Amino acid sequence: MHSSVTNHADASIEFNNDEPRVNWHDKTLWFIREKRDKASHGIAEWEQLREYASQIKNNVLSNLSDYLLAFEAKAKENGVIIHWAADAAEHNQIVHSILQKHDINRMVKSKSMLTEECGLNEYLEHNGVEVIDTDLGERIVQLAGEPPSHIVLPCIHKKKEEIGELFHEHLGTEKGASDPQYLTAAARTHLRETFLTRRAALTGVNFAVAETGEFVVCTNEGNADMGAHLADVHIASMGIEKLIPEQKHLGVFLRLLARSATGQPITTYSSHFKTPQPHQEVHIVLVDNGRSIHLGKEDFRNALKCIRCGACMNTCPVYRRSGGHSYHNAVAGPIGSILTPNMDMKKNADLPFASTLCGSCSNVCPVKIDIHDQLYKWRQVIVKEGYAPAAKTASMNAMSYVLSSPKLYDFAGKAGRWVIKNAPFLVGNKLNPWFKEREMPAAPKQSFKEWYKENR
Amino acid sequence: MSQYQNNSYASIPPLGGGGAREQILAQVKQNQPAQRLLPVVDVLIEDKNWVDELTAKLEILHVAVFKVASYEEIATILQNESKAADRVVTTIPQLANVATLIESAQEDAHNLENVELAIIPAHFAVAENGAVWITEDIITYRVLPFIAQQLAVVIPREHIVPNMHIGYDRIANTTYDFGVFIAGPSKTADIEQSLVLGAHGPKGMMAFILG
Repeated sequence: MHSSVTNHADASIEFNNDEPRVNWHDKTLWFIREKRDKASHGIAEWEQLREYASQIKNNVLSNLSDYLLAFEAKAKENGVIIHWAADAAEHNQIVHSILQKHDINRMVKSKSMLTEECGLNEYLEHNGVEVIDTDLGERIVQLAGEPPSHIVLPCIHKKKEEIGELFHEHLGTEKGASDPQYLTAAARTHLRETFLTRRAALTGVNFAVAETGEFVVCTNEGNADMGAHLADVHIASMGIEKLIPEQKHLGVFLRLLARSATGQPITTYSSHFKTPQPHQEVHIVLVDNGRSIHLGKEDFRNALKCIRCGACMNTCPVYRRSGGHSYHNAVAGPIGSILTPNMDMKKNADLPFASTLCGSCSNVCPVKIDIHDQLYKWRQVIVKEGYAPAAKTASMNAMSYVLSSPKLYDFAGKAGRWVIKNAPFLVGNKLNPWFKEREMPAAPKQSFKEWYKENR
Repeated sequence: MSQYQNNSYASIPPLGGGGAREQILAQVKQNQPAQRLLPVVDVLIEDKNWVDELTAKLEILHVAVFKVASYEEIATILQNESKAADRVVTTIPQLANVATLIESAQEDAHNLENVELAIIPAHFAVAENGAVWITEDIITYRVLPFIAQQLAVVIPREHIVPNMHIGYDRIANTTYDFGVFIAGPSKTADIEQSLVLGAHGPKGMMAFILG
């Protein structure tokens, strides 16, 4: 499906075919961006908080090995079992082995982008373990056989009529019903039954505290808690960069996270897991999967400060009009475009180019990641390493040749104006991705140079 | 089901277990940048009426707020709210006359599935966002405030803090096995951004500001 196409521009074609849907997607995400603005403007110290969060995360990256050791020691003291996974495959094996040990073949899972990154669901299903995603949006895309298109709003690309159709097919709701209240109630009934009958629950981790060994999971639905508290085995999967030094730092991050994500002052539930319940096992899987190498790249390491709020996606003019699936990765949008080339530069070489470099992402980032600067830097690395598409390389070479010769530049300008006026189909055609969904501008009669000569 | 390309890092050899910890720690230590200092978090606190601020925030979160002077007053309000057939439980001894008092974890937590209303205390509430801080020791069952159809929380008026920083100052000197900030009933907007209360947890919430 989506994995067969790895070029952002091509992958967005399908999404762009349905113009009313694109317009709805664009408008809805911008509305969420506006809610974020309103929430942040309500806090006088907002910019100060962003600076604190950025500095705390800088400190985390500079002491990560010590914080990992401190967290491990404290969590063990709390009675939690710690695992280390070098890569996605090892993470998946560890989760499977824990389930095997308890003879469990059905599991509930709350939102975890890390498990999407690792392909855990497919791995477990291949090994005979049924996984049910319990976040409503994730359950919807799971029933549709699709990956999430947004890290906070997994099914933002879906219309309620499509969801109604899916629920009719899988949950037995009335045909043609699409009322969100009705559909959510049906999902509630279906998932309650699931929570009550599953012995294992996997959750993600928003923050893990080195000082205390506790970890914090944030949800609005309460699905992480329903799963974890009713299960005999709770597995929490986390990237090694999720650590923060001290408990009091949660105050800074919890003030920023939901306001940046959805414009809420805080998520409904911010659950602090410290010790297992009696007769319960809690496992934490610490996953590297390329992060320790990423940490060594000076120009790009700041991306590891990300707290996964999704603000950069909601504000991005390219994301809003191309949809999350066109980024062909678990984390889409601007942040995904600077994270994924660290994992596989060749497969993700298109993503740093899927940006206008407008800088809006960096402006809204609650931990002050220099997102658009990194997008620009990745373009240079990708071209230098020879991963740029051949057409882009050829056109760049041609442009560099033209720009280095004033005479050729004057001629090219004249020719361009003539073409736009007399033969617009030569540029406004299907071969030129820049003219998809765009109108041709009117060509001026003369260049600025010609005008200046006449009018100075 | 076709999902994303697997982004596992190609240059790390697969490890059958055991070696990953040392490898990750060594690589992190080698690649982490030079020491950056932690900031001193110091946020100015405005002078506001925090009870009013909390009330306004709770109402935005669709929480029904009652300002009460005594547990008797809470009991009267709850009696009018709940039907006789409903299973109503509490962990507050002063409300044992209107709900079944849970004193210790005697039953399987799954049996709480039919609880219509759970009435629980909060250590404190945060005015800036309407969140209440609850720990396992005051609710007996971790799952109780999530599994109940409706939730009622009693907030002592003198325990309202302005913001999360002051909240964590209060938490700092306490111990708990599980703790949670709860801000309103369970909710979702995953279907076309339409807000629906009661995604998995409580469909509604009441807050009693006592004192």
